[in-house]
Amino acid sequence: MTDVFPPDLIRLIVSFVIVVAFAFTNAAVLVLVERKICGHIQRRPGPFEVGPHGLLQTAVDGMKLMAKQMLVPRNADASLFRAAPILSFVPPIAALIVVPFARLLQVRDLDIGVLFILSLAAVNVLAILVAGWSSANKYSLFGAIRAVAQNVAYEIPLLLSLLTIVIWVGSFRMSDIVAAQGGFWFAFTPMGFVAFLVYFICGIAETNRAPFDLPEAESELTAGFHTEYAGMGFGLFFLGEYTNMLLVSAIATTLFLGGWNGPAFLTTTGTGFWATVIQTLWFLAKVYGLIVVMIWVRWTYPRVRFDQLLNFCWKILIPISMANLAVTAVWLKL
Amino acid sequence: MIPRPDPTLETLVLNMGPQHPSTHGVLRVVLKLDGEYVLEAHPVIGYGHRMHEKMGEVRNVSGFYANVGRMDYAGALSFGHGHVLAVERMLGIEVPPRAEYIRVITTELNRIASHLLWFGAFLLDLGAFTPILYSFDDREYILDLLEHVTGARLTFSYFRVGGVNRDLDERFIQGTRVFIRRMRSRFEAYHKLVTGNVIFRKRVEGVGIISPDMIRKYGATGPVARGSGIPYDIRRVEPYSVYSELDFDIPTFPEGDCFARYRVRLAEMEQSLRIVEQALDRLPDGSVMAEKVPRKLKLGPGEVYQAVEAARGELGYYLAGDGTDVPYRLKIRPPSYSNLSLLNELASGVLLADLVAIMGSLDLVIPEIDR
Amino acid sequence: MTLEEILQVLETTGVDAAPADHPTKGVHVEAWVPTERLREVAQALRDREFLIEDVIGVDAAPEMMVVYHFHRLEGGCRVRLRVRTDRESPRVPTIQDIFPGASWHEREQHDFYGVEFEGHPDLSPLILPEDAGDLRPLRKNEKKLKSLDDIVPPPAHQGEAS
Repeated sequence: MTDVFPPDLIRLIVSFVIVVAFAFTNAAVLVLVERKICGHIQRRPGPFEVGPHGLLQTAVDGMKLMAKQMLVPRNADASLFRAAPILSFVPPIAALIVVPFARLLQVRDLDIGVLFILSLAAVNVLAILVAGWSSANKYSLFGAIRAVAQNVAYEIPLLLSLLTIVIWVGSFRMSDIVAAQGGFWFAFTPMGFVAFLVYFICGIAETNRAPFDLPEAESELTAGFHTEYAGMGFGLFFLGEYTNMLLVSAIATTLFLGGWNGPAFLTTTGTGFWATVIQTLWFLAKVYGLIVVMIWVRWTYPRVRFDQLLNFCWKILIPISMANLAVTAVWLKL
Repeated sequence: MIPRPDPTLETLVLNMGPQHPSTHGVLRVVLKLDGEYVLEAHPVIGYGHRMHEKMGEVRNVSGFYANVGRMDYAGALSFGHGHVLAVERMLGIEVPPRAEYIRVITTELNRIASHLLWFGAFLLDLGAFTPILYSFDDREYILDLLEHVTGARLTFSYFRVGGVNRDLDERFIQGTRVFIRRMRSRFEAYHKLVTGNVIFRKRVEGVGIISPDMIRKYGATGPVARGSGIPYDIRRVEPYSVYSELDFDIPTFPEGDCFARYRVRLAEMEQSLRIVEQALDRLPDGSVMAEKVPRKLKLGPGEVYQAVEAARGELGYYLAGDGTDVPYRLKIRPPSYSNLSLLNELASGVLLADLVAIMGSLDLVIPEIDR
Repeated sequence: MTLEEILQVLETTGVDAAPADHPTKGVHVEAWVPTERLREVAQALRDREFLIEDVIGVDAAPEMMVVYHFHRLEGGCRVRLRVRTDRESPRVPTIQDIFPGASWHEREQHDFYGVEFEGHPDLSPLILPEDAGDLRPLRKNEKKLKSLDDIVPPPAHQGEAS
């Protein structure tokens, strides 16, 4: 067999299947977690009917979405309309390939890892634009226009804050960045902390979650760019959103919170089975901790207005991240 | 004039509604947009019109009791209050003091419930999902209390010409006192969660400023007028029922923006609690129904006008009788109708998101407009 | 401003206004206004910081009537203006340029009674559907129609100026 399939290809296929399965499981778990946390913030139990404590609710919801017909509006551009959900779902999954879950648990350790993730994350805007444009719905179009303006603006401070870490480490490679954080985590240094805050705010904006959920602002644009989507079309956007959350938190963990390193004495850099398990657990704990913060923020704050959103980015975040980058560069040179 | 789409212009005509999450009912607003800026906003009403005025002209007074609860679903008791007061004014019926006090207690509780509903819905319009569940939690207490005494939770038809349907019992009185204590402690949480929030403040401060002159020319009333610094409250300027005997303030804020209207309503809930507390302390004994109410209520000939302060502003009943027991003309002046009519002037030049905030701050109840 | 002053103001516009018994009627001043004087009176009330409450059509024989209510912001003075107009083709001048809030009330009465408010820029149906045509749902049929004297008892009626 090894003659026909080079082991590398098998490894790629197997890991891709695992990554996809992980993304789906993640979305299913996160939907339930989000609804449960939201419920408890709002002093109610959340989903409670299906299964013990409503644990099977997402499974049932997923089945419902798959069973539903995906309607294509009459005036819509049918092929683009069908392509948009896939465009929103595939890139964040592909980007997971370079995420180091543990020292050995990484599909490909590309030397341009950070760039690879960022370029794939940028496709998300395209998906929203295509969805909004092809729906032939004015609300969707508004959502798309907002998404483009918002994501283009917020990508700048996001890149600048990641660049701070990249010039610090001197490498785009994810494993180098994690290794550089063996002793201390970047989020606990002054410059790293500022960069982390800017990055996290931009991350919430990039994933279009409240208080920056303007492309789908329910009370203004009904459902924004996915107004016309039903069934699995909507389901894939949903999956894409949660995978994006995972990706944003995974990058934050890798670049700022020490990746798979645990706190000082609880850490291990081994390559054995148990070491990998422990590293993965640390990584996932940090990722889901950040995701819980994102959920917490969503259910607490009102939505910002569009001009305020852009003003905040151009007038506050970009100057801060540029200054931070400059300070870091000067400090590294000294 | 309702704008029509014109492909040659750089503007977009957008139908907001009749089904839209933030129009709070079947209201349609035709927007003419330049980018995200609203150039014109034309409300289109009448989707849920049930012609209560015609129903009032074909049935006698007691036949209309069921209708009064179905116009303003959030503050239905005020509508009943205005109706029975108009008939009593025409017939010269004296209502026992206990009945009047009961009317005031239940109406004020209903006003708090209505403002709580508005509080949640307004924050929902601004994109905050959680406050509505907190305010509904408190509203639930009121609905339970009112259900206990009136038998209904939403579409009350509790008031009768000459008094009220049922007397209060000890359980209601004790429950209301507990509720007053609970509710007072809750305002602090509301202010902490919402009033001080910087995103909220940026969304409502200086947005949708209504000048006092606009209030006069459009006839806007209620918290909308008081949020523009005009202390116009029927309970004070034209006291009816037993409001002249009770001590309460009319909160006004001069800014005229969404935030002023927000603060007026929050302050009003505290004043309503004061009213309920005083009315409970002074609740006289006696009958809850006047002795000499004729079985057949012959109206007129003549006309009366009765204004009451509903949760959203001045509610007016115009009643013309021709000597039979069926009104010849019954006209209802719902407060939201006038409050909504200023939307076009108010909304030109604002952002789409501000329009949603403005409409939320007007506290529209569409079935009341489409009465 | 006292009630007497309001009455005087109305008199200067040539309208015979009479004080009304507030406890039984709910208004303080009543006046029959000739159609050609309506805008003048409305302008006088607008200048004195009155607030428009509503515009009400009442179908009657031989003429129908349109009732206006205005209220002073400090309270204590509600003015009721009555205008009579022909039942077959009712025409009343609009006051929506003086009180923009009257616009919707006038359109509603146009929907329900077919009253033509002369000078109103847009009398398209507000509450009725666009294709309602001549539905006029609140018009009384012959059996139900009463004389105006039966609705507004003659004593107040005699104070009419025309």
